[in-house]
Amino acid sequence: MADAVFLALSVITIGSAIAALELRSLIYGSIALMGTLGGIAGLFLLLDSPFVAMFQIAVYVGSIAVLILFTVMLVKRELIFKKIEDKRRKFAGIGLMLVLMVGLGSVILDSGIKSITTDEPAVDFRDIGADFLTYYWPALILMALILAGSVTGALVLARREDVGNEQRAN
Amino acid sequence: MSNELIDFVLVSVALLGIGIYGLSVKRNAIRMLFAVEIIINAANLNMVAFGRFLPHSGGQTLALFSIAIAAAEVAVGLSLIIVAYRMYQNIDIADFRSLKG
Repeated sequence: MADAVFLALSVITIGSAIAALELRSLIYGSIALMGTLGGIAGLFLLLDSPFVAMFQIAVYVGSIAVLILFTVMLVKRELIFKKIEDKRRKFAGIGLMLVLMVGLGSVILDSGIKSITTDEPAVDFRDIGADFLTYYWPALILMALILAGSVTGALVLARREDVGNEQRAN
Repeated sequence: MSNELIDFVLVSVALLGIGIYGLSVKRNAIRMLFAVEIIINAANLNMVAFGRFLPHSGGQTLALFSIAIAAAEVAVGLSLIIVAYRMYQNIDIADFRSLKG
């Protein structure tokens, strides 16, 4: 059975995921998204993987959420507080969500996952480092190149063409 | 450890459902990005949970790769939203139908 910490963390995670999508203001929505990402980091800690949890907090809560907050601030004020959604699709969307949850949930509950338990010790983070540097080294290098390329691409895309360099210097 | 694999997988299924709901109902570009983030996090949670219960280090390694790629995706996605916002003065994706120059 699940313990109280797990229940609290999952309620925080799922509740703030709903809040992130449903709150009227985009700023509160992005703060609620931070709650979801932090809750997932807590669940990683419960799964004995502190390295991934630290990475999650540094990358998601630390940088992605702040990036989203700044993008929201660049948008016009009335757009931040306006709810843009298809009214007709709302009930269909809720129905789709429920069908997905019930369908996938019942399939998973019927499968043999329920009986899986483990008494073995958790994976050491040294093993992750060894993985990165031995078997996965081409993927690691590719990931670094993709990160560099995408950040450069983002900067080039967001650059304003109508502002000259001399104006930028001022 | 008192938590079982099924608990984590069910939380992950719930997050996936919420993310799909957001992607199908919302027309706000930034909110759709939120929904994508929630789905990616559900996948990461699944990977780490299965990696803990097998136990195998591959789950955590793959989750780390996935987090890094998601960071790149968010950077590009947000800058695309900013460019489209500058062009149309709106973040409604119904307005983004003709994305030419």
